[in-house]
Amino acid sequence: MEVDQLQRSFLEYTTSLFREGFLDGQFGQLQMLQDESNPDFVVEVVSLFFEDSQRILNDLSITLNQQNVDYKKIDANVPQLKGSSSSIGAQRVRNACIAFRNFCEEQNADACRRCLQQVKQEYLLVKEKLEALIRLEQQIVAAGGAIPMLNEFS
Amino acid sequence: MELCNCIEPPWPADELLMKYQYISDFFIALAYFSIPLELIYFVKKSAVFPYRWVLVQFGAFIVLCGATHLINLWTFTMHTRTVAVVMTTSKILTAVVSCATALMLVHIIPDLLSVKTRELFLKNKAAELDREMGLIRTQEETGRHVRMLTHEIRSTLDRHTILKTTLVELGRTLGLEECALWMPTRSGLELQLSYTLRHQNPVGYTVPIQLPVINQVFNTSRAVKISPNTPVARLRPAGKYMPGEVVAVRVPLLHLSNFQIHDWPELSTKRYALMVLMLPSDSARQWHVHELELVEVVADQVAVALSHAAILEESMRARDLLMEQNVALDLARREAETAVRARNDFLAVMNHEMRTPMHAIIALSSLLQETELMPEQRLMVETILKSSNLLATLINDVLDLSRLEDGSLQLEIGTFSLHLLFREALNLIKPIASVKKLYVTLSLSPDLSEYAVGDEKRLMQILLNVVGNAVKFTKEGGISICAFVAKSESLRDPRAPDFFPIPSDNHFFLRVEVKDTGAGINPQDIPNIFMKFVQSQPLATKNSGGSGLGLAICKRFVNLMEGHIWIESEGAGRGSTAVFIVKLGIPGRLNGSKLPFVPKGPGNQVKPNFSGLKVVVMDDNSVGRMVTKGLLVHLGCDVSAFASGEECIRAVSHEHKVVFLDVSMPGVDSFEIAVRIHEKFSKRHDRPIIVALTANTDRTTKDNCLRVGMKGVVLKPVSVDRMRSVLSDLLEHGYLVETQ
Repeated sequence: MEVDQLQRSFLEYTTSLFREGFLDGQFGQLQMLQDESNPDFVVEVVSLFFEDSQRILNDLSITLNQQNVDYKKIDANVPQLKGSSSSIGAQRVRNACIAFRNFCEEQNADACRRCLQQVKQEYLLVKEKLEALIRLEQQIVAAGGAIPMLNEFS
Repeated sequence: MELCNCIEPPWPADELLMKYQYISDFFIALAYFSIPLELIYFVKKSAVFPYRWVLVQFGAFIVLCGATHLINLWTFTMHTRTVAVVMTTSKILTAVVSCATALMLVHIIPDLLSVKTRELFLKNKAAELDREMGLIRTQEETGRHVRMLTHEIRSTLDRHTILKTTLVELGRTLGLEECALWMPTRSGLELQLSYTLRHQNPVGYTVPIQLPVINQVFNTSRAVKISPNTPVARLRPAGKYMPGEVVAVRVPLLHLSNFQIHDWPELSTKRYALMVLMLPSDSARQWHVHELELVEVVADQVAVALSHAAILEESMRARDLLMEQNVALDLARREAETAVRARNDFLAVMNHEMRTPMHAIIALSSLLQETELMPEQRLMVETILKSSNLLATLINDVLDLSRLEDGSLQLEIGTFSLHLLFREALNLIKPIASVKKLYVTLSLSPDLSEYAVGDEKRLMQILLNVVGNAVKFTKEGGISICAFVAKSESLRDPRAPDFFPIPSDNHFFLRVEVKDTGAGINPQDIPNIFMKFVQSQPLATKNSGGSGLGLAICKRFVNLMEGHIWIESEGAGRGSTAVFIVKLGIPGRLNGSKLPFVPKGPGNQVKPNFSGLKVVVMDDNSVGRMVTKGLLVHLGCDVSAFASGEECIRAVSHEHKVVFLDVSMPGVDSFEIAVRIHEKFSKRHDRPIIVALTANTDRTTKDNCLRVGMKGVVLKPVSVDRMRSVLSDLLEHGYLVETQ
């Protein structure tokens, strides 16, 4: 049936995301928190993540485009992004942030800019994936099925 | 009426006869007239005479007779017709009355006679009653005397007073000259004169108990008259007079054990004393029955009084003995306590003092082993290490045992994996076994649960000890270990008759059997195996290196785990099987246990309920905040989330139980926030538990957190399970166990 098919493709997609390292176990935890009392939890968190991250990335762009880079500001923002991404399970974004932080400590402006690009890229990738995932979820729900959950996360 | 008696001569001879008749008639008349007068007089005097009518009749009869005779006087001479008529009338009357009287008397005389008989009868009766009265009076007096005597005798519980009083009172009551009591000696072969009435301190005369007269007295409970010449009765110096009668009676000396409630112990007493009573020698008194009875009763009473006195003496003696024993016991107890205290002090000191150098030696020797050494040096260091390890084990064993002995050892209960335990033991023993070319097999029954609750370390110790022994004493073949859940039937082993395990819902009994193909044990030696310091096989211990304590300690541990351990063997050379059963808890079912329960397994199946638990989350990262909040809401908590410290501090109230503070926020001093939250609550129990959420767990962060009074540090991101266990930990202990 259609629901079954949708559920199967949802599972396959999720598994591939995990395999490719876009998401880690934390995302699974988030999925577990979604229940009847909180049916849109994942969507809400993901949306918040998008908003937050967008804002931070914009800030960082502005800061780094300055002549005199205010490393303190970067220092304040990057951990935020790192925190958000780790809270949601966006593994690659988090790893990119860690690298970013290191260069920031070295106060290497070029390296920072390169890192920023990296982070932005990862962010956009994961954003795309997450949006696709959410669309699939909504399709399942619309078809009357329940969102399946992966039990084991390696 | 005086008649002159002058005799006239001219009277003729027949006139003489007439004259005599005349005189007689006169006197008869006189008598006849005076008798009724007398009768009347006396009848008047006595009030009780019942036959008055008879008397009247009689009186009339007599008067008429008299009148007749009187009138007769006038008929001797010429008399007129009137006189003749009167005479005739009186005669007729007299005839009538006398006939009537005669008739009357026929009725009356038998009556009178019977009155006499009755009088005699009554007199006899009165005499009889008098006699009986006399008897009763004597009896009553006797009774009174007995009561008085008894009262005197029983008013004291002192044996001597009792006996002395008896003699005195008896002497007084019966008026005796001498009264004596002969008591049997300790040997029971002689009677000794113990008390007398007259002598104050009798000299110790003794008389053999087998005299016929004594036997005669002892064989009956009655008082017996004996001859004054018998040795027992020769109490007074021979006097001039005949000695008075002597009576002897037995006095039973009752023992405590002879008392039976329902019948007087006549047959079971064996010992008697002899009481001899002597009447005064110069009186002709005889022993009366009632006096004998009195003596018998008194003898019985004395027996009772004596036994009471004896009981009292016994109980006083027993009480004194008990007091002495109490004092002695108290002293012994205090000494024992001092000894135990001294030993404990010694152990406490030695525990530390012995272990420290031991550790130093072992540690440094191992370090030395790591350095470059020449072969001989390496050998030496290895020996040092082996010996010091042995010594360390020995010290631990001894200290453990002494702690086990005085019950101060407590099991450290925790959840652990049974399968892991057995595999670890197997791994430890495999190298040794393979060196000796022995096989080792392990089989765990499928119904054995993976996890159990108990003292893992000690269980491992028991297992290793048992398995180690099996390997030690096996030269070829191998050992096999089987573990399974003991069912009720197998729990009641005939070899362990006093082991009554009671299975319950929260516990199960683990049964482990370790079978080896080794030297076996002589069935006689089996009881000694578990005794400390006893080596069962002196030949094999050359290389065993055991202290003989291992199995003793195992037994203690097994007992602590409410189990049992024993060894079966068919004899030398036939191998042996060591079996032990221990009680373990089922994880997840032990609710409400107060022991520090740190589950190492992958979480409980039980979902603890945090519904309504008020918590506060502080995180300036919106995503993180949302995720943490969602997590806590999923677990049922009532969450208030804040982005800034100020808001958080303002909003925290005594209703909130936990505060999660993110400490990885740059530019925010979370520690200060923690301090200010603490300060907000003066009362300790109002304060919420503050836990740090952080992405980095280096030592400094941890230390800082703990310094400001935070009860734990949790690594972000937090999983649902992790958060659940964190909350349970916090609620159970008030702090996170692993952080401390």
